Amino acid sequence: MNQKHKMTITHLFTHALEICESFLRQPRIMAEKIYQKHKMTITHLFTYALVICAYFACQSMIKAEKMTLSLEGQLVPICAYIVLAVSLNLTVGISGELSLGHAGFMYVGAITGVIASMWMRYAFTEESAFFLFFENMNIDFALVRMLISLIVAGVFAGIVGFIIGIPVLRLRGDYLAIVTLAFGEIIRNIMTCLYVAVNKKTGALNFTFNNSDIPSKDFKLFIKGPTGITGNSPKIATFVIGIGLVLFTLLIVQNLINSRTGRAIKACRDNRIAAESMGLNVTKYKMIAFVTSACLAGMAGALYAANFSSVVPSKFSIDTSILILVFVVLGGLGNILGSVISATVLTLLPELLREFDDYRMLVYVVVLILTMLITNSPIVKSLIGAIKEGAKKLFARKNTENGANS
Amino acid sequence: MASKKFKSNTIMVPVPSTSIVPERDAGKLPVLETSHLGIEFGGLKAVDDVNLAVGPTEICGLIGPNGAGKTTVFNLLTKVYQPTHGTILLNGKDTAGMTTEQANRMGIARTFQNIRLFNNMTVEENVTIGLHNQIRYNMFSGIFRLPGYWMGEKKQHQKALDLLSIFDMTHLANAKAGSLPYGAQRRLEIVRALATHPSLLLLDEPAAGMNPHETEELMENIIKIRDQFQIAVLLIEHDMNLVMGICEGICVLNYGRVIAKGTPDEIQSNPAVIEAYLGKQKEAK
Ligand SMILES: Nc1ncnc2c1ncn2[C@@H]1O[C@H](COP(=O)(O)OP(=O)(O)OP(=O)(O)O)[C@@H](O)[C@H]1O
Ligand SMILES: [Mg+2]
Repeated sequence: MNQKHKMTITHLFTHALEICESFLRQPRIMAEKIYQKHKMTITHLFTYALVICAYFACQSMIKAEKMTLSLEGQLVPICAYIVLAVSLNLTVGISGELSLGHAGFMYVGAITGVIASMWMRYAFTEESAFFLFFENMNIDFALVRMLISLIVAGVFAGIVGFIIGIPVLRLRGDYLAIVTLAFGEIIRNIMTCLYVAVNKKTGALNFTFNNSDIPSKDFKLFIKGPTGITGNSPKIATFVIGIGLVLFTLLIVQNLINSRTGRAIKACRDNRIAAESMGLNVTKYKMIAFVTSACLAGMAGALYAANFSSVVPSKFSIDTSILILVFVVLGGLGNILGSVISATVLTLLPELLREFDDYRMLVYVVVLILTMLITNSPIVKSLIGAIKEGAKKLFARKNTENGANS
Repeated sequence: MASKKFKSNTIMVPVPSTSIVPERDAGKLPVLETSHLGIEFGGLKAVDDVNLAVGPTEICGLIGPNGAGKTTVFNLLTKVYQPTHGTILLNGKDTAGMTTEQANRMGIARTFQNIRLFNNMTVEENVTIGLHNQIRYNMFSGIFRLPGYWMGEKKQHQKALDLLSIFDMTHLANAKAGSLPYGAQRRLEIVRALATHPSLLLLDEPAAGMNPHETEELMENIIKIRDQFQIAVLLIEHDMNLVMGICEGICVLNYGRVIAKGTPDEIQSNPAVIEAYLGKQKEAK
């Protein structure tokens, strides 16, 4: 009798379990589906979250006075480098064109951005309607100047990108790399001949390629040919604006990649002939990627320049282009989150390696090589794959539980 | 009767012959009409004086030994190469000077002999690229996630799944295209081509690398596609069972020239074809 009861109970129990299981199965499949469908969105949100968390972490460190001055000075440049890396990833990783002229666009943005902000500084006196308008709205005029100079920089760099893109995007592979490199250097060389002065009273700008052409004392020379940008003060770039630009870049690039246009760009990369025979205008999509990338690089340049009172032209040389490319390659081609992380870590690394003194760059290079070897080794790759798989399962399970509860 | 036709073909009829268009399409404007189509690669006449006509709902085969110029004909039709001789009419319109992209928008879609999928993208994304010009929303709604984006994406997703269901591939929607087995890749190429809403579908050796069972299924599916979408199909294939089984008209190429045109029965009994094509195969065996 007792035995029989036991049997029935176990029977009932297994039945109950089965029923539960079948109830759970549906939500679980749903959760899997949701994950699959929104995989991209989840990665995007994670990237935004990471940047915002980093921002708050830095802010609290500054408040607690735990951050060294040199590190604090690096915050805005890091933001600029993140924007540069993410935007270059759009050309190199997503569009599949090796571009070595990114610093050229950065320079165009830096120059035009500084010109715009200096012009606004002198053109709008504290009595002007434009100034008072923001004053009344309690908005700092420096912020307005920064934002407008970012927009101007983006527009000009975009235009230069378009003009360069017309001949360059007809080329493939190595040729494209070589020609973009040359264009980057040409832009820099033209810029090193440029002198720009602003009239301190009227805000009138004076452009010339000859130093002696600058007239009377009323003029303030702030772009001085080979000396670069000088006397760009007070600095108007802040960490908040930097983070804002990073988030803006992430919004543009991530949403672009994950839309109809971005898919077309990726298709043109994966197989040009097939993309053409699907009715895609390959040149158009390569151009969209190239110009968007140039535009964002220009904004990064403006941000970078606004953070220093003077910047020498050699800051925008081929070395910088290659440095940004290193960020992109180490972060993973087409991997936006990777670019963000590698740009941050690799800009901070020389700072953190200060104790190695003379051997700093040596250690830096060794770290680079090690990272490259490690991220490419099959063991690490499979490990990352396993972690991803595990995270996916965990996520799916969590959702199931939530689904069952509600 | 058959030999008579063969004779007229060897003399090369000067005007495009519509002799292989089936009766059902007889009165209608052919979807494709080429006359004296030819291309030279540095003196080598890879395609020479090809006259072809394909009816609006016809399944037509293009066969010939290796190196006969079949793929080159496809490349000419899709404007990968510009022909050095002759004209191509698509739905009655001349395609001279067009690009590959424009030819696709005119209603010609193709698959490739050596598969050309977007390997790093998912199966669904591959089909969505095919839908690129069918379901549109602009770049700014994409970047700023405006309502156009959500509507467009929803429509694309739905349409892509509908198209994938033709080949029972909906469960593979999220897999990477490059990781699919060979047969599935070939089927995906067909789905992707169909997504561009063509009036003429060009299939370059669709059954290559498929096992007999898959080939059988493919034959049924090609007919199903033709019936469902009311489109014309021009296919290159070395598998004679497939060609003889589903093609209504066949055109045989050898050394870039048309050596015979006709129904499967006519082609099978054509001595020139047997000599140039089937005979050669027997030798090889
Ligand atoms: N771009 C090119 N330049 C020079 N010759 C070419 C070119 N494309 C094709 N050919 C030549 O044209 C001829 C026909 O080639 P094609 O690829 O059209 O043959 P096919 O009939 O498709 O053969 P297969 O059955 O092997 O696919 C070949 O002799 C080939 O070498
Ligand atoms: Mg071929």
